[in-house]
Amino acid sequence: MISIQGKGVSTGVAIGPLYFYKRTSATITRETVSDTAKEWDRFKAAQVKAIDQLGELAEKARQEAGDSAALLFETHQMMAEDLDYEESIQTLIQDEKLNAEAAVTDTASQFAAMFAAMDDPYMQARAADVKDVSSRIIGILTGAVQGGIDSKVPVILAADDLAPSETVQLDKSKILGFVTEGGSGSSHTAILARTMGIPAIIGVGDQVKKEFEGREVIIDGSLGVVIIDSDATTKSQMVAKKEEQRKNREMLELLKGRANETKDGHSIRIYCNIGSPDDVSAVLGNDAGGIGLFRSEFLYLNCDDYPTEDYQFEAYKKVLSDMEGREVIIRTLDIGADKQIDYFDLPKEENPAMGNRALRICLSRPEIFLTQLRALYRASVFGKLSIMFPMVASVWEVKEAKKMCERVKKELTEEGKAFSDDVHIGIMIETPAAAMISDRLAKEVDFFSCGTNDLTQYTLACDRQNADLGRFFDPHHPAVLRLLKLVADNAHKNNIWVGICGELGADLSLTETFLSIGIDELSVSPRSVLPLRQKVREINVASVKDKILENL
Amino acid sequence: MKSFEYTIKDPVGIHARPAGLLVKEVKNYTSTVTIAKGEKAVNALKLMALMGMGIKQGDTVKVTVEGADEETAAAAIEAFFNANL
Repeated sequence: MISIQGKGVSTGVAIGPLYFYKRTSATITRETVSDTAKEWDRFKAAQVKAIDQLGELAEKARQEAGDSAALLFETHQMMAEDLDYEESIQTLIQDEKLNAEAAVTDTASQFAAMFAAMDDPYMQARAADVKDVSSRIIGILTGAVQGGIDSKVPVILAADDLAPSETVQLDKSKILGFVTEGGSGSSHTAILARTMGIPAIIGVGDQVKKEFEGREVIIDGSLGVVIIDSDATTKSQMVAKKEEQRKNREMLELLKGRANETKDGHSIRIYCNIGSPDDVSAVLGNDAGGIGLFRSEFLYLNCDDYPTEDYQFEAYKKVLSDMEGREVIIRTLDIGADKQIDYFDLPKEENPAMGNRALRICLSRPEIFLTQLRALYRASVFGKLSIMFPMVASVWEVKEAKKMCERVKKELTEEGKAFSDDVHIGIMIETPAAAMISDRLAKEVDFFSCGTNDLTQYTLACDRQNADLGRFFDPHHPAVLRLLKLVADNAHKNNIWVGICGELGADLSLTETFLSIGIDELSVSPRSVLPLRQKVREINVASVKDKILENL
Repeated sequence: MKSFEYTIKDPVGIHARPAGLLVKEVKNYTSTVTIAKGEKAVNALKLMALMGMGIKQGDTVKVTVEGADEETAAAAIEAFFNANL
């Protein structure tokens, strides 16, 4: 039995085979080949395999959702064996002596460009289909795995760390838990694990070795431990713990439909943080009151080029309709810093956390921002939408962003397109500057939501991505809590509400503090909703408030 | 050789779904099927070229069927256009 200590960032016990994440984005090499016939055979073999895979996907879609769902994959199959497509690849291999990977890449760009150049937005979007089919074939040629997991049974996924673009593409049904070499509690792997409600252990370094692949491991998120080839005693203890957690969960289930109200009658709204429209089922399943933070980045991370207005519109519409009238707060694009996207072509920065990111990018590249705002406003008729701007430091930024909203509304009116006139506008409070001037910012917006990960990072001058800073990165630091109180007071003086959408919201050791300083809303991962409700219901604010405020 | 003209009624034109279904339909016959719009013409087995024509609602296309089974093929393909496009 091998026991490895890491840091648990999402609780729970999971038992299953260890599997190392297989990177899909292998770089394509361009080579000149001498044996072109052999290269052509390689392509043909990969093409046949791709068509088989697509056939399986079509069959699966047919069983789950009927003939029309299967047709997408069947169309992809036809693209893979399209005569012109094949001919182009053949020419590149035989005449240009290119290797199969490069021939497919070039052909894909050529066909994608043809679609992208058409004057019909629907056809333009088909460029993505050609690229998708081609990357499947390239993936087979290079031996990479689509979705990163090639296993029939669910696994404990090990990786160095996962990039946001990788986490969105993971086949979630195959993951029981995560183990990563690096990362931090606010890394994307950690956030994903908490959303999925499965355990995650980070910072295990090089102790989890490749040779362990396929062996049974047990991970315990509350202890931060990874056990390989456990002995019978340990395993039975862990199985018992897993069972106990299941029972606790059952107890929590009983709180569904109950109010988030303290013993002395203070209530607080509990919303969810999500990263993709697929997470809505978890939000409703855990009886949250709304969505307090919908990270719109996934739309951008999922694409190879700027997502179109229509593409974004469909995603926002889906979330709003699925939430059936509950409030949905969508945060506008927050990239830069740790979230990089190739096609944005952002210059490399010395200090990206303080660089060109989030609202700063949106204001300096208005065409990107306006596309997103148009999609948001058009979707607003399908539910209760609020829009939130990230990374604000000054009043003028908010004024400028609001002006863009007005411009979009005017355009839509002129075009005769419908939008709701009751879209609330809010901002994230993530910089100490925004907290300090929250009295002035409050006059511009309908609500505040405090992003505690960044607020802690900027207040304490402590990099949230740096695992070595451990105890120095302290979100309980009085400086952070005093800023939260200042923000709450300024919000209430101006009759707007204030929430917390950082990881801190789910920290049950601070729930009393949040209630005492008057936080109106906590937005947490779906699995944290019921434990938080349970905690709120045990608190008597009047009996703790004075003492907490005194010690702040 | 058999041919017929057809004006597209589908609001999104010959998009991926019907184009895919059309290729499937054409594969059932040995005849060569050509779809023409104005000057441009493509072999109906070539899915992406067909989509690349950008045929929209209101466009009139000329469909030509040539081969041993052209009689049955032309009738079936015309029925296909009526039902799907």
